[in-house]
Amino acid sequence: MNKYILKRTIAIIPLLFAISIFTFVFINLIPVDPAEVVLRLWNIPVASEELIAQTREDLGLNDPYVVRYFNWLADALRFDFGVSYATPQLTVAQKLAAAFPNTLQLASLSFVLVIVISLPIGFLCAVYKDSWFDKLMRAFIFLTTAMPSYWIGLVLMWVISVKLGWLPTSGNFNGFKSLILPSITVASSYISIFIRLIRNNMIENMTQDYVHYANVRGLKQMNILVKHILKNSLHTCVVAIGMSIPQLISGTIVVENVFAWPGLGTLCISSVFARDMPVIQAYVLLVGVLFVVFNLIFDILQGVMDPKLRVGGEKNA
Amino acid sequence: MSILTVKDLQVTFKGRKKTTEILKGVSFELQKGECLCIVGESGSGKTMTMKSIMGLLDTNFTIKGEAFLDDINLLTASKEEMRQVRGKKMTMILQNPMVCFDKLYRIGYQMAETFEAHTNWSKEEIYQKSIEMLKRMQLPEPDEVLKKYPHQLSGGMLQRIMIGIALALNPDILIADEPTTAIDSVTQYEIMKEFISLKEAGVTIIFITHDLGVASMISDRLIVMNKGLIVDSGTFEHIKENANDEYTKQLVAQKKAVVAAFKKSLGGRN
Amino acid sequence: MLRRLFHHKGAMITICILTIIVLMGVFAPIVAPNDPLEVDMMNRFASPNAEFPLGGDQLGRCILSRLIWGIRPTLGLAALTMIGTMGIGLAVGLASGYFRGWIDEILMRLVDVLLSFPSQIMVFAVVALLGINVANVVIANVCIKWAWYARMIRTNVIKYRSENFVNFSNVVGNSNRFILLKHLLPSIAAESAMLASLDMGWAIINISTLSFLGMGVSAPTPEWGAMLNDAKQVFILNPMQMLAPGITIMVVVALFNMLGDVLRDALDPKEVM
Repeated sequence: MNKYILKRTIAIIPLLFAISIFTFVFINLIPVDPAEVVLRLWNIPVASEELIAQTREDLGLNDPYVVRYFNWLADALRFDFGVSYATPQLTVAQKLAAAFPNTLQLASLSFVLVIVISLPIGFLCAVYKDSWFDKLMRAFIFLTTAMPSYWIGLVLMWVISVKLGWLPTSGNFNGFKSLILPSITVASSYISIFIRLIRNNMIENMTQDYVHYANVRGLKQMNILVKHILKNSLHTCVVAIGMSIPQLISGTIVVENVFAWPGLGTLCISSVFARDMPVIQAYVLLVGVLFVVFNLIFDILQGVMDPKLRVGGEKNA
Repeated sequence: MSILTVKDLQVTFKGRKKTTEILKGVSFELQKGECLCIVGESGSGKTMTMKSIMGLLDTNFTIKGEAFLDDINLLTASKEEMRQVRGKKMTMILQNPMVCFDKLYRIGYQMAETFEAHTNWSKEEIYQKSIEMLKRMQLPEPDEVLKKYPHQLSGGMLQRIMIGIALALNPDILIADEPTTAIDSVTQYEIMKEFISLKEAGVTIIFITHDLGVASMISDRLIVMNKGLIVDSGTFEHIKENANDEYTKQLVAQKKAVVAAFKKSLGGRN
Repeated sequence: MLRRLFHHKGAMITICILTIIVLMGVFAPIVAPNDPLEVDMMNRFASPNAEFPLGGDQLGRCILSRLIWGIRPTLGLAALTMIGTMGIGLAVGLASGYFRGWIDEILMRLVDVLLSFPSQIMVFAVVALLGINVANVVIANVCIKWAWYARMIRTNVIKYRSENFVNFSNVVGNSNRFILLKHLLPSIAAESAMLASLDMGWAIINISTLSFLGMGVSAPTPEWGAMLNDAKQVFILNPMQMLAPGITIMVVVALFNMLGDVLRDALDPKEVM
């Protein structure tokens, strides 16, 4: 088992490297000179040649690419992503740190909603396959997957906040109350995916021989459904569920903008408009790494849950 | 004394486009202590007959006719009554032991949950019973076997465990659905020996197979099924000589040579 | 397979409706009741009436006409995205699956890296890199999606390669290029084209999302996402302006998804949800 974990962990190291190189190269492909962008953003109207040269030197843009990559990587490992072009008084790390908790709140609540809602519904849809409930849910899934998340956000805002006046429309000034609508919006697209995943997985499991044998042995229906079928399906869904966490974080980008939620997404969009490359670079790297790490964690978790991997190698003992 | 009576059993499957008649009126009786073999090709309705009397068919199937286990009407009993019948009064052994156990649970758990579903034994009693059954099925180190996951055991061992679970609650009828089809021939031989000794111990058995040779080894009486109908019945010797049906004749002719060889090789040892 | 499609009622209805929508887009100048760009403050937030069937927006432009004209950029850009995606995906997937060896190794590692980023992030990164502009929106979407297709097509190529007709070709002594173009391409392209239609819905949503955030189609041009961006500011006053484009997107995406499902059914008769 330990060998399995070790193997998996080592396997992601080259991938992490590739992501860092990719992020670095990618951002350095920009056709504009970062030095000019910086000067423009600092409100220095007509930049002289010397000033540009000086700024380039200050930003370390004159070193060879390899040197710059390793400098950048070394800094990145210490969470030092340099200074934001748009707001020179703040470092990128400070900006990200300020926005991150908000996004984390949003993503966590969404994740909880996704699990709490899709698990029982997926279960019921599978158990009562082709019943009116299942058909209703399938119609619901079909429609929600066709709606852009920002529009779901707008409609929810219109109905719940404007028409009914139950919740604040946007911002994060009302504590938990302001968190509800954005979370539902983020969760909505994933709920459909997970209901479908759990439902189809359970239905597939139901046709397996082990379920037939459980019936032959006269086990109680509820036991078969929960302890055997559900457990087996969740087992195959674990990685997908784990991968949804970074997906949720990236899914917040659009929704945060709809609800003016001051998280990473809002920061990311405003940085795109300001061409604030260090921030975007740090953000892309952060999410890329999160993606890989979560993948690893849930891969290992699946391994831990699988008796075949946990206690393998003793066949016919 | 007849323990199981099946009269004019008809099963139809309602698919999306058409309905298919699967069983077209199957009738037979089973005496206590008897070993009845049901022989037929795949798709002839052998397994479907068993599934329908065990209440394992879903609502896509309509069942007509009568089936009584002692005085329990198997076709009108409630779901819960049928659940209690399954695994206790009528137990079944399936053909592919490697995939029949839930891979996420230890053998001990899966044995225990079966006993829990039908008795109110304590944990200790369940454990004792599990050990006893594994010993009876001649599995080495039964306490170790209980701690194993299915993938750690061989097909033959899992098949024995399955037989053990099936026998543990002293069932009225033991149904074996092609128990030797999916395992290698050496294990097949051992499992067949197991069944012969069960039969000798007086267990009532319905043995389903497509192999006349196997049937000849164990059967008191034989039913040949083809296309949802019983086409021949009687002892093996009787059928061998007096097959009425074209299909049975063909089956007999095909198997005769093989049967002879098979019997010869096994005959000396039993 | 095509014949099966023609006999499928649902498929025919979906295809018919989509064809009508595309035609409406093509003939927008004739179909649309009003000029989509004509600003008329008198009709600001006009409620639906005979002249303005869906009312007016914040500048008094006809919402229905803007929706109809919006078919062009929305569907056009989505189609462009899928064509680009398929092109690169096919090229890379074929090369990778056919030549194997080091070419495969390099290409697939690149695909791995691309796929290890959440797609949404990549889109923004690419747009940030290239600048805000319609062409870049298409490029960004192609960038994130081609890797996915490349991997799938590679798997298919490997599957087809082991099939007999390709082996036979090799034995008869045809060159690699001949095999690639003559045999693999047609069999795989057909299948991939089907899959691409499944992703049209995805492309429409993605492009409209970018327009909604102000990164895609810009101000006066009627595009559904951009219309929603306008609506975002004023939907409390004029909910119709928000509902109409949203519902339109939903319907069109749902139609494409349905078409995709039907096509997948036709390709693979196993039951899918």
